[in-house]
Amino acid sequence: MHINPFDSYRAGDSLLHRLDPRVKFSFTLAFILTISLTPAGAWPAYVLLLAFVLSASVASELGLTFVLRRAVLALPFVLAALPILLTASGQPILSIALGGWSLSVTASGLERFLSIAIKSWLSVQMAVLLTATTSLPDMLVAMRALCIPRLLVAILSLMWRYLFVLADEAMRMMRAREARSASRQGRSGGSLTWRAHVTGGMAGILFLRGYERSERIYNAMLARGFDGSIRSLPLKPLSTAERLILILVLIVLLAFLLLGRMLG
Amino acid sequence: MSTYDVLSHPLAPVQAKVITVPEVFARSGPTPMHIPDGFLSTPVALVMWIVAIIAVAYALLRVNRDLDERKVPLMGVMAATIFAGQMLNFSVSGGTSGHLVGAALAAIVLGPWAAILVMTCVVGTQALLFQDGGLLALGANIVNMGVVGVAVGYAVYLTVRRLAGEKDWGMFVGGFASGWLSIVIAALFCALQLAMSGTSPANIAVPAMGGIHMLIGIGEGLITAAGLALLYAARRDLLAVDKVQTVGGRGLWIAGLAVAILLAILSPLASTHPDGLEWVAEQQGFIEAARDAPYRLIPDYVFPGISNEAVATVVAGIVGLVTVFAVAWLVATVRHKRGSVHAP
Repeated sequence: MHINPFDSYRAGDSLLHRLDPRVKFSFTLAFILTISLTPAGAWPAYVLLLAFVLSASVASELGLTFVLRRAVLALPFVLAALPILLTASGQPILSIALGGWSLSVTASGLERFLSIAIKSWLSVQMAVLLTATTSLPDMLVAMRALCIPRLLVAILSLMWRYLFVLADEAMRMMRAREARSASRQGRSGGSLTWRAHVTGGMAGILFLRGYERSERIYNAMLARGFDGSIRSLPLKPLSTAERLILILVLIVLLAFLLLGRMLG
Repeated sequence: MSTYDVLSHPLAPVQAKVITVPEVFARSGPTPMHIPDGFLSTPVALVMWIVAIIAVAYALLRVNRDLDERKVPLMGVMAATIFAGQMLNFSVSGGTSGHLVGAALAAIVLGPWAAILVMTCVVGTQALLFQDGGLLALGANIVNMGVVGVAVGYAVYLTVRRLAGEKDWGMFVGGFASGWLSIVIAALFCALQLAMSGTSPANIAVPAMGGIHMLIGIGEGLITAAGLALLYAARRDLLAVDKVQTVGGRGLWIAGLAVAILLAILSPLASTHPDGLEWVAEQQGFIEAARDAPYRLIPDYVFPGISNEAVATVVAGIVGLVTVFAVAWLVATVRHKRGSVHAP
């Protein structure tokens, strides 16, 4: 078993793939901020924002189902917003008698719950699109352009290089553990502390291997003339067309936002 | 009669199977602590971003001063290690499993400032590449798992070790306590953010998140202690680092303890206080009022030219459909043109 290192990036040659990563990154952030600022229950604004995501999805040529499937990831968290159904004040529209207790779902609670779920769903779709159409080196370039400290970007890029090496290491360990611990189906062997002890040992050894690997990498870097400074190529300026696209999309998002605020 | 299920073991069919990272995490069950976008109100998310930026900037400064040029490979690979370490899991009972977040372990072995950077990279990568947590909510997630998790884990570990003196048990008890408490306090912080955003009422979110993570945290604590035991046996020199770190991390030690104590007091107050709900509503009302202020300029304005909201939704739907079709048509045309250029 291997971890697929490029599972979140889908290579392609669509409009969205060819767009400058800095522009894409700004779009995604602006879009998510717009959604966040749109008040609960501004349904027309949600419809327009959904149209925006779907348009971007079409422009990415990844297929509509790809993004929708990936967006399911955020669904479990909706549970955290479930209590709002029952506790928001307002007109009860549905009452459930539970013994002596009576739970009532209010209209405003329902509106707020649905709004949170839709907002989250839309935001995740846009983030999926960004990840699927931008390779990580491009993403790091965009981060540098957005003034993220150079040291942090350097750590991230090194992390990316070794992420799947160490993930494979972890999976090898888990496979070794499974191979050595046959268990009755549906039951786990040993006591809870014993199982935790085994897993803790695995975590410790993984930590140690990572640490020692970093020492070897550092020596290899020194051997190749690393002097501690992080050099990177200068960023190329955005073209006029890219600037225009950026401004246009930001204006559209601003219009959606104002519409949403007027309705909410 | 017991049947041992050895032949249907994953090793039996030997084939190179490629799985994706989200699949791995879906198996082990992610900690319900990565807040996605949409669950935090904009003011809460932005304030958390500011806190995260200040903490990370200070950590960068400290790491730049304390560590030599070794820092880039060390922290890059350790971030990858923590990420991979989060895949390790063990079954607790039924379908639940315990696994590692790693903030406490990183804080103990790498020192608090390096650990904050490492956890920031881990949480950032999870949000950016695997949509585990949102982008606008990333500030809050960095604060919860990176800053608060590390600070509390570090402070608790250091306190227990001081209490234990030179004895070895301090390391393991301290490891367990710091792992457990770092998870619980981070979860309480997360619950308070959700409550302040008006997403989940405090009197439900705080006990629920706190309760779940008091159980999940046991797994974290046990793994942290056992991991330290292994490091103690294999590379004792790595754990001696904390004597040096004590001098540099006094401020963080106090801050970590203060956060832990403050939240331990604040959380029950927010959840059991009879006015807990009103308090949140008041916060929500306050935020709502602050938000609405600039838009009071145009009263009774619903939709340009349309006053009925249902009609407005339908109009928006039509506009949206037309937009999507226009983009689809545009993409098709561009593709067609490009195709004809390449054709002989």
